[in-house]
Amino acid sequence: MIESIASLGRWGLDGLEGLGRATVFLLRTLIRRPRFIKSFPLLIREIYSVGVLSLLIILVSGLFIGMVLGLQGYHTLEKFSATQQLGQLIALSVVRELGPVVTALLFAGRAGSALTAEIGLMKATEQLTSMEMIGVDPLWRIISPRFWAGFISMPLLMLIFSAIAIYGGYLVGVSWLGVDGGSFWSNMQAGVNFHEDVLNGVIKSIVFGGVVTWIAVFQGYDCVPTAEGISRATTKSVVYASLAVLGLDFVLTTMMLGGW
Amino acid sequence: MGYKFQMSDNLVTLRNVSFNRKDRIIFNNVELDIARGKITAVLGPSGTGKTTLLRLIGAQLKPDSGTVLFDNQNIHQLSRYDLYQLRRRIGMLFQSGALFTNLSAFENVAFPLREHTKLSENLIRDLVLLKLQAVGLRGARDLMASELSGGMSRRVALARGIALDPQLIMYDEPFTGQDPIAIGVLMKLIRTLNDALGMTSIVVSHDVQEVFAIADYVYVISNGKIIGQGSPTELQSSQAPAVVQFIKGLPDGVVPFHYPAADFKKDLLGETQR
Repeated sequence: MIESIASLGRWGLDGLEGLGRATVFLLRTLIRRPRFIKSFPLLIREIYSVGVLSLLIILVSGLFIGMVLGLQGYHTLEKFSATQQLGQLIALSVVRELGPVVTALLFAGRAGSALTAEIGLMKATEQLTSMEMIGVDPLWRIISPRFWAGFISMPLLMLIFSAIAIYGGYLVGVSWLGVDGGSFWSNMQAGVNFHEDVLNGVIKSIVFGGVVTWIAVFQGYDCVPTAEGISRATTKSVVYASLAVLGLDFVLTTMMLGGW
Repeated sequence: MGYKFQMSDNLVTLRNVSFNRKDRIIFNNVELDIARGKITAVLGPSGTGKTTLLRLIGAQLKPDSGTVLFDNQNIHQLSRYDLYQLRRRIGMLFQSGALFTNLSAFENVAFPLREHTKLSENLIRDLVLLKLQAVGLRGARDLMASELSGGMSRRVALARGIALDPQLIMYDEPFTGQDPIAIGVLMKLIRTLNDALGMTSIVVSHDVQEVFAIADYVYVISNGKIIGQGSPTELQSSQAPAVVQFIKGLPDGVVPFHYPAADFKKDLLGETQR
């Protein structure tokens, strides 16, 4: 009994210690003298590998999710003879919830795991240590551009995801199932509020971008530098990021619906 | 030759340095001097914390007590910024080479120059070629780090280590896992670079013959303490049992052949726990 309470306490302390390390790590990455001329090319390269290379999975997933939404929405709305509301249904589901959440989950799987594995392997092969000994801070040279790239890419990917999902819904609803195109778009326009729906979705996405990338780079930097350690860190990165996204989504939605 | 150095003759000075990892004592009140312009070697069996020693000098680890002075500055009391400034004066050759795998040999050597100087591209090219020429790999400049053999990686890493003309260069097990030719090349490079560039070198190794061939002064460490020191000739005539065992590679002695275990007879009769 005492044993299990003690191990619960140890587990709690370990968790808190990890959170503390991650916070110090984040602050040390963010708070430093900016070096725009040297940082900019590094940032662009990372936005390419983190953001641009994630485009394919975002586009394909967005299209299919939009198409499924169109199909499911049509059959449900049909029971109430309300199929002309299909545009609004798709747009609201995508912009408010599915866009930010699914983009973040896909991002964690595609880019987050890659970041963790890359940084973990750099640590295992002493590249980070040798960089320190050359007098270059890896937090500035390696971590910071990757963190900002994720932070910047996520909302952009989410907007692309949402646009393509709405187009997927349009393809199924209007082109295939015969919903009137005019009412599809005009109901969508009337039903979607820029501030409450679109902007809130973007805010969610910015938060998810920061959290998912933070988890990914920290797990890589903090991993045990062995093959097994890197594999565990990569798994942890995806699992923690996914759970954090879903949990934070609930918190943010509550705040947003609470009239914030 | 006398080896009683004055304070100012030493680039690095360790005083009463103790370092523990969890419950294990790695160093216990170690006192060590690295003389300017010389090659100082630290010999010791695997697992005695030789790499840890280099990390203490490079301030990647902090000792539990004691001081490490680099050029009369306490390296562990510097701010993060000052520490990174000071590290430009230290080059380090890692056991694995630790080249940046996404860069070519040329770019690896150019990396410290690009990060720390505002030199023109032409000048950087010339400097990199000079360094690569010094290690004999000017022709391999366009190869990626993954395309280099183990010995070549270390030579490129060495060129990178001397790119900023450091005062001190630290070699972590430079001869481990190298073929005889590569060992010969590295020994020659360590000696010539030290003398030609006026550097100070620390070589950490367990390869006794190679170290004796190039070092000016040798420390032997074991079990967290310095068990012997002196010039290679002095050490070779040493009578201390631990030093003799290590230098001659005797399987049993002060360092026992057997890992600590319960009585063998009791173990066989099943009287121990497992």
